Amino acid sequence: MSRDANISSLVWAGVLLLLAACVPLVANGYWMSIALTIAMFTVLSTSWALFSGPTHYISLATAAFFGVGGYLVGTGMSDYNLGFWTMVAIAPLVGAVLAFLIGIATLRLSGVYFVIFTLGLAEMIRTLVSWIQNNFTGSRGLYVLTDLTETDIYLYLIILAAVVYLVGWWVNRSRLGFALRIIGNDETVARHVGINTAMSKVILFTFSGFVAALVGALIAPRYTYIEPNGVFSPELSFIVVIMALLGGTGRLWGPIVGVIPFALLQEFINANYSNYSTLVLGIAFLVIVYFLPHGVVGRIEQVVSRRRRSTW
Amino acid sequence: MDIIITGLLLGGTYALIAFGLNLQYGVARIMNLANGEFLVIGALAAFWIFVADAISPIMTMLIVAPLAFFGNWVIYKVLLRPLVRRAKNQGQLEVDSILATFGMSFALVGIMVSIHGEYFTYSYLAEPFEIIGETFALNRIVAFCFAVLIGGVLWFWLYFTRPGMAMRAVSVSTEASGLVGINVPKMSALAFALGGAVTTMGGTLISTFITLDASVGVIFTMKALIIIIMGGVGDIRGAIIAALILGLIETTVARLIDPGLTLAAAYAIFVLVLLFRPQGLFGRKPS
Repeated sequence: MSRDANISSLVWAGVLLLLAACVPLVANGYWMSIALTIAMFTVLSTSWALFSGPTHYISLATAAFFGVGGYLVGTGMSDYNLGFWTMVAIAPLVGAVLAFLIGIATLRLSGVYFVIFTLGLAEMIRTLVSWIQNNFTGSRGLYVLTDLTETDIYLYLIILAAVVYLVGWWVNRSRLGFALRIIGNDETVARHVGINTAMSKVILFTFSGFVAALVGALIAPRYTYIEPNGVFSPELSFIVVIMALLGGTGRLWGPIVGVIPFALLQEFINANYSNYSTLVLGIAFLVIVYFLPHGVVGRIEQVVSRRRRSTW
Repeated sequence: MDIIITGLLLGGTYALIAFGLNLQYGVARIMNLANGEFLVIGALAAFWIFVADAISPIMTMLIVAPLAFFGNWVIYKVLLRPLVRRAKNQGQLEVDSILATFGMSFALVGIMVSIHGEYFTYSYLAEPFEIIGETFALNRIVAFCFAVLIGGVLWFWLYFTRPGMAMRAVSVSTEASGLVGINVPKMSALAFALGGAVTTMGGTLISTFITLDASVGVIFTMKALIIIIMGGVGDIRGAIIAALILGLIETTVARLIDPGLTLAAAYAIFVLVLLFRPQGLFGRKPS
């Protein structure tokens, strides 16, 4: 990509984010809450794709980091009387440290080990946290009482989205991004040309853990009442994966193309046919694998390039 | 003593489930994350038929096994074979099969929840049975014996018959076994179907002494995967020992600390294996 195209994509992203920031001016309560959900998943799936897109390592740890973020805010405010912003500062650091440790343990090995490890992670942390609560701290639910409105949280998430996009843009142009793409193409080659493959993966995974925990912390006031069974719902990880893959991970802005329609679909399903939400997740996965292996964006680019070739 | 025997009995059933996944991953090269759902299908069938017609789960197992075999064979042919053909390398096949089997797993959970959304509670052979002065539930012992029987038959088939040898050859190298005239696609389909049938039988057995529900499959997938990695992929002897270790440790933690922590215990083992013996208990370090 030329330098001009690079700058123009950045400008476009800026314009879109400004537009997104104007949503609260026109949206009412119901649509505001949907916009908040979309903003949350935009940040989560974009930061997921930063790591998993180029490397093809499927992380299912999002729910674990998200839960750690939300839970820390809850326990910090209810059990230790700390302020909301103090906890918002601590939570992502804990998320990052956790991601770093998991990365060190699993990312040296082949991708399968990593997927398996992250698969049960949220559930494992949930049982651990419940056990600690039942035996040591006593309280089951935690209250997060702030005077932040949904609009405030939405705006924070938009700012965070901007930061994630900037980091992603920078990574794509850096040596680190180049290294990750080589790892994704062929890890053996990457190792032989002298790339520290494990470290490159760990850095990006740590960043996605940091962001997911920060999102979990920021959005905690929305739920007011925090319970381990709620914040560590493993489904979140899968939804993030579906959204990112549906949009396409080849481009930085790919995931958002999947986030918006899927979030609306989920809203519709949950409102009308809540019994079938699991089935819908399953079908979404199958559709992606069999019909959209490079996501909607990848499919569009394929069609466009084919048409160009046929007209020339 | 009580803990050790209960742990070993549990480990026996785990070994059978891991055996099924080992065939699917070791031979057919499909990381089947919907494996646990087939286990739950076995449990659901046992519960359903027991409640409706009071037919013993052991009979159910004999009915369910061929059905599961056929179902898994169709799944492999229709859904997974195209992925094998399209994949350029092992890595891509792994990613694709992981995502596809996630899809299947969610779809199956969705269907099973709509069939029966609550716990599969029934009571079969919940009678006391005495071994060296300690009492155990008879259903655990019966399940263990059948697990050993099924595992033994499979082991004999794999190691003392020609098709079994062909299957082991495929697990060593798909390319080389194709070169010596083994029909690799057929063997892979057979291994996948057989693995699914074994897991489903394991599910029927386990449902006699553990109460399951429609969404619990993923936990068993996790456990089977931990066992396979600990034992070394494709290594049956390793998997059996790993399964017994997991059964022992889970039972110990559940009895002495808290039943809620069994998953955390399984994870602790998993981390230790990944850190110190990622090639499996008896595996050799790759050069």
